[in-house]
Amino acid sequence: MADTIEKVSIIVSKGSLEGIYPALIMANGARAEGIEANLFFTFFGLDAVHKARHEHIKVATVGNPGLHLATLAGVVPGMSSVMTHYLEHKMEKLDIPSIPEFIEMIADTGAGLYGCKASCDLFGLAKDDLIDQVKDIITVGEFYEMAAGGEIIFT
Amino acid sequence: MPSATYARRTVTVNDEGFFEEPDQWTEEMAPEIARTAGIDELSEQHWRIIKFMRAEYAEKGTGPTVRVLGKTSGVSIKELYELFPKGPAKTAAKIAGIPKPRGCI
Repeated sequence: MADTIEKVSIIVSKGSLEGIYPALIMANGARAEGIEANLFFTFFGLDAVHKARHEHIKVATVGNPGLHLATLAGVVPGMSSVMTHYLEHKMEKLDIPSIPEFIEMIADTGAGLYGCKASCDLFGLAKDDLIDQVKDIITVGEFYEMAAGGEIIFT
Repeated sequence: MPSATYARRTVTVNDEGFFEEPDQWTEEMAPEIARTAGIDELSEQHWRIIKFMRAEYAEKGTGPTVRVLGKTSGVSIKELYELFPKGPAKTAAKIAGIPKPRGCI
């Protein structure tokens, strides 16, 4: 048997739809394989677990060459909402859960969700501002203690 | 091709221990496979999932992912992970003698 991964710690630093989903898929996939998983939300990644914002995550239409959209079209008001709506529609067809539903599911798999203290201080966020599934707001040092012995993935 | 012996019968499995031929599986083999997967005793709820996996595979040719299990088996994601801590879809598929379910979510 080849080497196996026993634990992953995934850092979510971006607040766009395309920035958040890969981390959630990797965390959920890790748990499905029986791998211990923890998610650490930092900077704009905190939006994914922000009570008022996690239902309103959007695709970045500016500075995103992968969309193959003319740069100037990306700045048109409402473009981000339109693209997000389009993608969400496609995802729904494939039975990919919305971000709030996905995060709830990941918490149910036993993965740990944590907020970054420095970012929460910066944005003036307390634990009450984050969804209930977030276990704690922790420091970078505490994150490393938790991640010890496993793989760290930065997204 | 590796093989394994469960309930005194030899079956072909892949490198990860999943059955290559689900028809070789019998219910008597399940408790032994479960023990190799770290589950000492199969409860009624375990059996409910194992039978569900077999039925889904028979119908669709592939086992369900954890998300599908959570939505359709009547057992919540939380409980699924309590029953199969090392991954519900993966472990249940192994015990049920079907290939490992493929799917990212």
